[in-house]
Amino acid sequence: MLESLFFFTVAAIAIISGILVVTCKNPINSALSLVVTFFCLAIFYVMLDAPFLAAVQIMVYAGAIMVLIIFVIMLLNIQAETGKRTVHAMVTGCIIAFLILCETGWLLTSGAISKSRGPMDQALILKAGHTELIGTAMFGDFLLPFEITSLLLLTAIIGAVVLAKKKV
Amino acid sequence: MLALNYYLIVAAILFAIGTVGVLTRRNAIVIFMSIELMLNAVNLTFVAFSRYLGNIDGQIFVFFVMTVAACEAAVGLALMIAFYKNRESIDVEEMNLMKW
Repeated sequence: MLESLFFFTVAAIAIISGILVVTCKNPINSALSLVVTFFCLAIFYVMLDAPFLAAVQIMVYAGAIMVLIIFVIMLLNIQAETGKRTVHAMVTGCIIAFLILCETGWLLTSGAISKSRGPMDQALILKAGHTELIGTAMFGDFLLPFEITSLLLLTAIIGAVVLAKKKV
Repeated sequence: MLALNYYLIVAAILFAIGTVGVLTRRNAIVIFMSIELMLNAVNLTFVAFSRYLGNIDGQIFVFFVMTVAACEAAVGLALMIAFYKNRESIDVEEMNLMKW
């Protein structure tokens, strides 16, 4: 009972701040609302017994990525949007988003879980620790994708330096 | 523990909000933030399914999504700075160099 009350409070905050991200005219306000959404998602991860992911969510998303975005907003001195807002884009966008919402809602709620459950449950998480479970899987089964990720990061570093240098 | 559907519906709503942002806003950085919102909605779905199916693989995927989001942030913001240097604006309506 208490858990569901807490869940609905956090979900309401997440959705309202998500709406604010889209509707705020000033990009700084959007960015700060997005930080609130990220924190709400971190709370969800804690409720789903994934504390390590919650910490990573706060450090990587609310820390690194949002600082980068706010830094760029302030560097470019982006003002609030002015001028006409195109009505047809608004209407079309809302209709398409509503259709997507209906479709995802239907897809996510209509199916039933048919596969057997895996070994991870609350007792195992409490016993072994969430970080250890993630580490074992990451450096065991997913070692090759993990190594390829480093290549992706290297490409991103080079790309960012090349794109943002003096002459493009 | 709460039912799986609650988390999935919250994730679906956040994804739809992100879609509205991508389709209706003209400021490139706000579009970018909406994409981050959509990625996070998918992450929530991954973690919820991972927990309810008792399989850690979904949470590993969340790590890869976060890595891709970080790379996307670096490259995307560099692109915006490069565009701003040329046009003094990051309005997507002005990005028409390859339009015909």
